[in-house]
Amino acid sequence: MALSLPAIMRTTAARLSALYFLLFALCAVLLVFYMTSLSARMLTGQTQQTINDEVLGLARAYQSGGLPRLVRVVEQRSRQPGANLYLIADVNGQILTGNVQSLAPGVLETDGWTTEPFSYRRFGEGELERQRNSTADQSETQPGQSEVQPEGEKGHNAIALVLRLPNQMIMLVGRDLGEPERFRAVIRRALMLALGMMGLGGLLIWFFVGRAALKRIDSVSEASRRIMGGDLTGRLPVTGAGDEFDRLSENLNTMLARIATLNEGLKQVSDNIAHDLKTPLTRLRNRAEATLSGKHKPADYRQALEGTITESDQLIKTFNAILMISRLEAGYSSESTSRVDLTAAVRDVVELYEPVAEEAGVALETAVDGDFSVNGNRELIGQALSNIVDNAIKYSTDATEKPSVRVALQRVGHDIRLSVADNGHGIPDDADRARATERFVRLEKSRSQPGSGLGLSLAKAIMTFHNGRLELLPANPGLSVIMSFPAREDH
Amino acid sequence: MTAPQSSSEIAYNGSMKILVIEDDREAADYMQKAFAEAGHTAHVAGDGETGFALADAGDYDVMVVDRMMPRRDGLSVIAGLRSRGNTTPVLILSALGEVDDRVTGLRAGGDDYLTKPYAFSELLARVEVLNRRASARESETVYRVGDLELDRLSHSVKRAAREITLQPREFRLLEYLMRHAGQVVTRTMLLENVWDYHFDPQTNVIDVHVSRLRGKIEKGFDKPILHTVRGAGYMLKSG
Repeated sequence: MALSLPAIMRTTAARLSALYFLLFALCAVLLVFYMTSLSARMLTGQTQQTINDEVLGLARAYQSGGLPRLVRVVEQRSRQPGANLYLIADVNGQILTGNVQSLAPGVLETDGWTTEPFSYRRFGEGELERQRNSTADQSETQPGQSEVQPEGEKGHNAIALVLRLPNQMIMLVGRDLGEPERFRAVIRRALMLALGMMGLGGLLIWFFVGRAALKRIDSVSEASRRIMGGDLTGRLPVTGAGDEFDRLSENLNTMLARIATLNEGLKQVSDNIAHDLKTPLTRLRNRAEATLSGKHKPADYRQALEGTITESDQLIKTFNAILMISRLEAGYSSESTSRVDLTAAVRDVVELYEPVAEEAGVALETAVDGDFSVNGNRELIGQALSNIVDNAIKYSTDATEKPSVRVALQRVGHDIRLSVADNGHGIPDDADRARATERFVRLEKSRSQPGSGLGLSLAKAIMTFHNGRLELLPANPGLSVIMSFPAREDH
Repeated sequence: MTAPQSSSEIAYNGSMKILVIEDDREAADYMQKAFAEAGHTAHVAGDGETGFALADAGDYDVMVVDRMMPRRDGLSVIAGLRSRGNTTPVLILSALGEVDDRVTGLRAGGDDYLTKPYAFSELLARVEVLNRRASARESETVYRVGDLELDRLSHSVKRAAREITLQPREFRLLEYLMRHAGQVVTRTMLLENVWDYHFDPQTNVIDVHVSRLRGKIEKGFDKPILHTVRGAGYMLKSG
């Protein structure tokens, strides 16, 4: 992907790199500044020490031979090469002897150490300079501090000790600062080099690390754009590196899967409504139409109307079940759950169905192994269990032996298992058994039985809501429907 | 919706004054007409504010309040009336039939909750039972209907001085039927009040329980006492 510079600067990686670069540069500048000023001060101290030693030697010469000897020593030392500066001037500041040809004005006016480095011109240099550049006159007579600094070739900087001799003549002993300045230049060069390398490093880091991250994010954005485009089956890339990006992608993928499930549920509901509600509605309408056309006895009208009511009641039931399943699948508010005495719930439902079973000639047995309670909703659990028991009673009537339904409640490992087993023909086919909990699936055998085909789907949705499972297993003979609830922590 | 039963089939204890607060004009008109056919007087308010004003001023035996309405929702109307000391029994009508919604409705001060769509026979039976609650038999310890007698303290049932043995649930079933003797009691009302379940069982389990109870209290006696009201439910009535 080609990026323009502003686009690059809009990326987090580039911004971070730039920020780090600036921070490091600032630190480096501060460090270098601190170090140079420290070493400059040390060098100045050394220089002053040298000057002091010089002055001490000259003072001894003055003491032993007076002014003439001092002048002689100064002249002698001036001729020696080195960084030392000597100068003797009269009261008016007129240079009498020494190796200094000219000085920045005002240096000789105050006694003691010069407060700042001053510029000067060594004896003999002025002539060379004048030959080279005739306009140098001005800078020679008035060499200002600011002018001299950049013109390092023409003047030099020095510090000096200015002394007043007993005859009011002025003596200056100083030392050229060339050495510390060279040192400072070296440090400055090193700093520039370091900054340059840091800049390069920052660019490299951005390129290799930042660009990599940027690319990952780009691929994630690309994938999400695709998903937003309507492809809900798309997933964000996971590299397997297990880093933050992978974790983020995995979480987002889980979220996408959940959304896809909900979306699927919604789609199923609309399909169901289209198919399984439209059919009875059409039937209802046709019946009304048929009753209206042609002449009938009042009793016929009554019968038709009663049929209409029965059919609409069934429709309402179906509709409620569909709504309930989708509400359960979309997640119920946890406010509706509390501690449910499962043992009592089983007893209640069995007691509710006991007369029906007896009438159908089915032996309804219970085997409850202890007291169990789960977190959930009594109403929902009751509804799920009653749907299952209802089915079991219906389908056990074709048993070869005496029909029986056995409801058992027991703890198996970490689960509280509530099973309802009948001894009817069951669902021998594995695929059929798997399909039985789907919405509106009515296996061939059950078509003759009344029901909406939603009982088991509702039970399954209720179990999912309870973080449990609904399983259909062959009971040989018959079918065993198992509701597994997770055991309560405090149980 | 079922057309109301003719008044000869449903015995009601006098005429009731009912306030219907419902924004669906057609549904409200139908209710008004059907209540009238059952021998009651119904007033209709088309929105929450009007309903509140009518309920606050009038003296109604029962109110039927829709939950979702313009201007003021049903729960707020009920809460407002209750805070003003109005204790008129209220039946909430709602399209929301989930467990949570029922609990919210009853907590707001409703006395009963019916989910749309409903059968009018169900609504009528519930409204009549609610009215009777005003002069409840809750405090009586012995219920008597004809020669049938139920002692709530000793948990004993007698008919024509002959002891009848009932299972605990059968006792509660009979107790509920006797408390509302002379009134239609629907299957859902029985399931809600005797079993405390609010769902529709796939099979009509209640019918089997009732017929079993009927066998115990009618077998060997010449007069039937537990009647089936077609298309509505049951009624315990002597004679």
